[in-house]
Amino acid sequence: MTRRRGRLLAEIGTVVVAGVVAFPLYWMVLSALKPAGEIQSAQPRPWTFSPTLESFERVLTVSGFGRYFLNSVLVACAVVALSLLMSFLAAVALTRFRFRGRVVLLVMLLVAQMVPIEALTIPLFFLMRSVGEVAPAFGLNELGSLVLVHLAFSLPFAIWMLRGFVAAVPVELEEAARIDGASRLRFTWQILFPLVLPGLVATSVLAFIHAWNDFLFAKTFIISKTENQTLPQAILVFFKPEENDWGAIMASSTLMTVPVLVFFVLVQRRLVSGLAGAVKG
Amino acid sequence: MATRELVPAPAPVAVPPSRRPRRGRRDGHPAALYLAPAAVLLLGVLAYPIYQLVVISLYDYGQAEAAGNAPLVFLGLDNYAELLARTQFWVVLAKTIGFAAVCVVGSLFLGTALAVLASRVRAVPRMLLFLAALGAWATPAVAGSYVWLFLFDADFGLVNEVLAGIGFEAMAGHSWTFGTYSAFGLVALEVIWCSFPFVLVTMYAGIKGIPDEVIEAASLDGGSWPRIATSVILPMLRPLLLIATIQSIIWDFKVFTQIYVMTNGGGVAGRNLVLNVYAYQQAFAGQEYGRGAAIGVVMTLILLSVTALYVRSQRRSVEPT
Repeated sequence: MTRRRGRLLAEIGTVVVAGVVAFPLYWMVLSALKPAGEIQSAQPRPWTFSPTLESFERVLTVSGFGRYFLNSVLVACAVVALSLLMSFLAAVALTRFRFRGRVVLLVMLLVAQMVPIEALTIPLFFLMRSVGEVAPAFGLNELGSLVLVHLAFSLPFAIWMLRGFVAAVPVELEEAARIDGASRLRFTWQILFPLVLPGLVATSVLAFIHAWNDFLFAKTFIISKTENQTLPQAILVFFKPEENDWGAIMASSTLMTVPVLVFFVLVQRRLVSGLAGAVKG
Repeated sequence: MATRELVPAPAPVAVPPSRRPRRGRRDGHPAALYLAPAAVLLLGVLAYPIYQLVVISLYDYGQAEAAGNAPLVFLGLDNYAELLARTQFWVVLAKTIGFAAVCVVGSLFLGTALAVLASRVRAVPRMLLFLAALGAWATPAVAGSYVWLFLFDADFGLVNEVLAGIGFEAMAGHSWTFGTYSAFGLVALEVIWCSFPFVLVTMYAGIKGIPDEVIEAASLDGGSWPRIATSVILPMLRPLLLIATIQSIIWDFKVFTQIYVMTNGGGVAGRNLVLNVYAYQQAFAGQEYGRGAAIGVVMTLILLSVTALYVRSQRRSVEPT
């Protein structure tokens, strides 16, 4: 009897906590849909009877947000595609081949994840400036520079995580393929790659989020070419000295959050098992 | 795991494996080829900048030097000496540690408590909790910062209105971002909000990994739930807790976006600076790249010592040969 009551209390508590945790997100979407008069009001209400897309319209048309959105998508997708390819190859090498220095490489991968990448802004700024003189598409003010840094930052974790997925494919399978006459290359691409695909999806989400969320490097690298800005920087436009345009800020924040949320929900189960795998090894 | 590998091992390859491999058997030596793309990129865009960071911190690297208009002057450790002699550096360091400590303790406590709670309830409330946590986790730092800023906005924020409504009339129009501590507190709230889900998911997986019999036995012996949680579950979660703690320390020590966005670049007169933002301001606003780099090196050294702990706790998962 008391046990059942205890559980009911715990369940009510859980639902309340869930509500509190989700509330900021609800507030964000709600404020994005409120008409201007209700947002700039000293009596904010947790509902609205006249939802409108005005704020979204203002964001997408007036401030050329579509362009920044596209920039963010471009950078994130390039990072995902390249990091998948590179990390898959590296993970295969680190799990399936035995060579001297393998353990050293693994430890270096761990350490690389700990590097405070923000501290590297200064040398990276100068590096990209020099790169720009040789390959303009990867220099300062260009999206290529953002792709390069985010690729480098997401690789160590991606390799580390994929290693678990590759290791989960039984070695016997490779032997069978070998006996049937498949070369190692063929095995890697036609058998291993499809089997590891779930892991690749989970890994790609992390790389995507990494690139998508970046504020610091976009701020540092894209200095004068404003048309190459990405979303996080572009939202700052709505902060005005006299009065912040909260409706537009919330609408653009919503636009920024939705793609990540969709990805997250799609792969959450794999993400969790992947993380657990990365922790347990 | 790896000791079970039955495939004949290819001959040893030097690290980094950039040399063209000898053609051996039919496959050649693919390890080097497979590793090359990632290795080249990591060397160029991660390892080289780390080296450069240290080099820049040893020079008088200002605007003129950065533009190439003045010769570089080697200072040795002068940048560091000057930095350590500044009161502001020590104040910022102390604030960074305090801020990170609040965030780490907050997200660990919240995440673990909710994981224990989630393991007790039926599927529907648990799913609701996980969905909400997932949402908070997925929210980009920038978007999250703006939402929390808006909730706590002086004039149009919900929090001030509610507080004024329940009797704290003085709170109407109160600015949360003005005071040093309330601004830090607000940022910490946002950081905890988006970082506790990681702890929740990790700890929940850990609790699920505890055999049911153990908990059943404890509860048959008459243990109450709080007692079982603290005396049975928590000790069994210790290895996971350690990893989550170190991971959180590393994350929260280098928070940049939230501080920068929510306190508008470090607060009024820089009183909400943390090391990361401090280095950024010194370098890019103050054009003192050498000093900024020195701060970066100090930060890296602090984090590396934490990392040493991390590697030790992870050593088991890097399988021995």
